[in-house]
Amino acid sequence: MTTQLRVITRRMTEHPADSHTLARYEATGGYRQARRAVGMTRDELVELTKESGLLGRGGAAFPAGLKWSFLAPARPAYLVVNADESEPGTFKDRQLLERDPHQLVEGIIIAAVANEVHHAFVYVRGEYPKPARRLQRAVDEAYASGYLGEGIFGSDYDLEVTVHLGAGAYICGEETALINSLEGRRGEPRLKPPYFPAAKGLYMMPTIVNNVETISNLPHILEMGPDAYKALGHEEDTGSFLFSISGHVNRPGNYELPHGLTWRELIFEVAGGIRDGHELKTWIPGGASAPWFVPGDHLDLPITKNDTGKAGSMLGSGAVVVMDETTCVVRAAERIVRFFAHESCGQCTPCREGTTWLEMILRRIESGAGREVDVDLLLEVGGNISVGLAWPPRMTTICPLGPSAVSPIISITKYFKDELLAHIHGGGCPFEGGER
Amino acid sequence: MGIYPAGAMSRWSPETRERARSILARYPEKRSAVMPLLYLAAAEEGYLTDEGMAEVAEWVGLTPAQVQSVASFYTMYKREPTGRYLVSCCTSISCMLLGADEVLAAVEDEAGVPAGETDEDGVITVEHVECIGACGGAPAVQVNYELIEGVTPDTARELVRWLRSAAPDSVRADEMQELFGTRRSFDWAIAEHAGAVGPYPAFEPYGTTDGHP
Repeated sequence: MTTQLRVITRRMTEHPADSHTLARYEATGGYRQARRAVGMTRDELVELTKESGLLGRGGAAFPAGLKWSFLAPARPAYLVVNADESEPGTFKDRQLLERDPHQLVEGIIIAAVANEVHHAFVYVRGEYPKPARRLQRAVDEAYASGYLGEGIFGSDYDLEVTVHLGAGAYICGEETALINSLEGRRGEPRLKPPYFPAAKGLYMMPTIVNNVETISNLPHILEMGPDAYKALGHEEDTGSFLFSISGHVNRPGNYELPHGLTWRELIFEVAGGIRDGHELKTWIPGGASAPWFVPGDHLDLPITKNDTGKAGSMLGSGAVVVMDETTCVVRAAERIVRFFAHESCGQCTPCREGTTWLEMILRRIESGAGREVDVDLLLEVGGNISVGLAWPPRMTTICPLGPSAVSPIISITKYFKDELLAHIHGGGCPFEGGER
Repeated sequence: MGIYPAGAMSRWSPETRERARSILARYPEKRSAVMPLLYLAAAEEGYLTDEGMAEVAEWVGLTPAQVQSVASFYTMYKREPTGRYLVSCCTSISCMLLGADEVLAAVEDEAGVPAGETDEDGVITVEHVECIGACGGAPAVQVNYELIEGVTPDTARELVRWLRSAAPDSVRADEMQELFGTRRSFDWAIAEHAGAVGPYPAFEPYGTTDGHP
């Protein structure tokens, strides 16, 4: 039986009634590591984070310490915490914000000192007012205690933290779009190069953008040391990882686990199996952007960054969406493609036009007006967004949003071509509740 | 700060102008205050008017066209009047798999308007939205961005009837979850009493909550 880890979810599990308060946070060891960090140098903190092997938890799994080491020397530098959690299937940062906001604030202090930052921002998606309120209250408590503001912990280090609400745009989870949005602009991604945030980020100054979960790990890395932190995880995937499991499972939710268990263990043990005796049909291993997995090929694959990548998908932000045999994959794919079409910022033609066409073609097939050539047309349009339908995608666009919409197309044409053709030949959706 | 000639020209109340000054003080560059000030403008008049956006432009030193360009990029800035209660039904993948389309249909039917429209009395606006981060408690609905998880078509109808009959001054996630929700993404733990007073997110620094912590 797979045992859940209790690192970033320990406090909220052991003290559900008040895990979000400063009193509880400090009674359980809180802010000791931030206090320590203030007395440490940038080099020491960057080295420690590198040694821990901490990978970014926002989807790209980029090594956090390495990202920090890229920070250009110009000052002021900024830290931006990405709490714009919007990838369909992902709801882990919401739990971290609501249930342990001081853990995030302490992580922010550590990351700020490590990057010589004196003003940090948390960009919370607009649809998360309750998480934002909880975080703001934690920030206010930290200011009142002298942990934020001028001379934190009695040192000569100043640190301001501003909580900023988004206003409904998935693309602002992309780090350069987020920076544009935080500057009061449309949330359109910037070209990299030259706008690598570590060199030219917020207000054109060096900027570190890290995910909520990434930052929430920092107090624990300092507390237990990089070796013990590494040992919690599995090989290159160090530490714990929050999986958000949703869809047709008996026990959906967020689970803090080490990597290395199999998909069979995750879906059938951790998440309690498929509802009401139904059967597993397919699942998305890492958020709506990820190509899907199927039981025949992937159920006994170990859940690691490398194994998932080699099998043509990704762990992304840890969102696992499980579908049983009652699911029409055309409808499921249409719903995901519709999301990306809706959220495309419109800058790049392949994404703006391509995602809309993919949505229309899928809708046509689902409604019974599909033609046999539509299967090839889906692949052709997809290939115009993501060249050769390769994995990882070869991009024709500024950011990965467009190629993300191609993942469900790759998945249903590869694994469920018969079902696509059944829609086309049968004049509509063969599933209950589908269109005919 | 003294940025805006706060007097005859401003459409905003003195309280809102004070709030705007404190928001501007939170950012190194005033343009960054555009988004929070747009929420302030929406709260002042119930939605974003051309005049409201022009006022934001004054505060941050942009042209009204630049502010409109920003406002039009984001779905939560409503540039037409909405009902007192904005009912947003998630129909993204995880919610769809567990019956979100049926929940949306029930809300539309009970409210008597299709998604994207407001009822005749100006009480309920229905919209379908993309993922709101409640996938473990699907299907999910928000009222003025306050969340309810595990909604069924039946409880969705009850929710619309309750909004009309009880007409709460502010809507609270914990209360609505108790009344109309079932399964949640995770344990919400201790109840929270802050609520939303209009169709914009309830957040203390923006002064858009009902004031209950």
